[in-house]
Amino acid sequence: MLINLLKRLWLIMRTPSSAAMGFILLLGFSGGIIFWGGFNIGMELTNSEEFCGGCHAPIVAEIQETIHYSNRSGVRAICSDCHVPHNWTDKIIRKVQASKELVAFALGTINTQEKFEARRSHLANREWLRMKKNDSQECRNCHQFKYMDFSEQGRRSVKQHSTALASGDKTCVDCHKGIAHRLPDMSGIEGW
Amino acid sequence: MKKRLIALCIATLITFTALPAMSVTQDLTSNNGGVRSLRGLVEISTTNKSEMLKRVPREQTLIDRNYVQQPPIIPHSTRGYYINLNVNKCLSCHSFKNAGEMDAPKISVTHFEARDGMMLSDVSPRRYFCLQCHVTQVAAKPLVKNTFQPVKSLQ
Repeated sequence: MLINLLKRLWLIMRTPSSAAMGFILLLGFSGGIIFWGGFNIGMELTNSEEFCGGCHAPIVAEIQETIHYSNRSGVRAICSDCHVPHNWTDKIIRKVQASKELVAFALGTINTQEKFEARRSHLANREWLRMKKNDSQECRNCHQFKYMDFSEQGRRSVKQHSTALASGDKTCVDCHKGIAHRLPDMSGIEGW
Repeated sequence: MKKRLIALCIATLITFTALPAMSVTQDLTSNNGGVRSLRGLVEISTTNKSEMLKRVPREQTLIDRNYVQQPPIIPHSTRGYYINLNVNKCLSCHSFKNAGEMDAPKISVTHFEARDGMMLSDVSPRRYFCLQCHVTQVAAKPLVKNTFQPVKSLQ
């Protein structure tokens, strides 16, 4: 029975179709558009602020006090701008890693403010480490060192940026911590 | 029956005469008598127009004290600086440990003194909240004319 079915399927796959070449190409292209497009739409949906806020509501609210949410020119960053790599392969890697976070969601690891506060340090340190490893790539997607005008920066900024940042000794996140969220307990963190 | 009706009438009369009288006294207490205060010519009972928020000038240098005990004024913006159980943003530059590297004025050792006069090895909890005494200097004109003169030693 099953063997027969497989045989028939094999036959269908082997024999050239009687449908026109154009029709088959059309099927192929439209199928490609639907699947690839759908995949990317799904990807974009999981990058939206509403999606993140579904589980991380309190931390999404925290950004509203910072310059990355409200500022003079109205340019702003959303969660995924900093927490999801923009480069395609890196993005897929991060998205697959994020499937682990679904387990945490199911277990309710940070489903109350208290649980979240207890874990804030762990979560923050993990994200800082990630940013340090990729040389703060997500910062640099917008803040490009090459186009920084030191004459427009403050005295203290120029001092740090023209030395430690320029030489590559330090990366953005080494100094700029807590720029979109409140900080965890900083005792023992370098520079604090 | 009649008595009850009369009592009801008197009660209504009292309520209607008393109500306006009460509102009159309210007006009287909120009347500022035409005196122009710092909040303008606005009755206390009404909300006055708020001032524009003052901006913090960039590139300010150290601001001299006007009297010896004055907590030094902050010459930079402190927007988004958190001072809580987890973190004290001010001390990330002004602490004994970081002041040298950050080229920032060091916190005075007087801040290490606890209530009972004992010297601690770090900032005393009663001096932890910097903005309680130190404030940011904004670009604002004095509200009233001030003739205060610092002592000779500070002039």
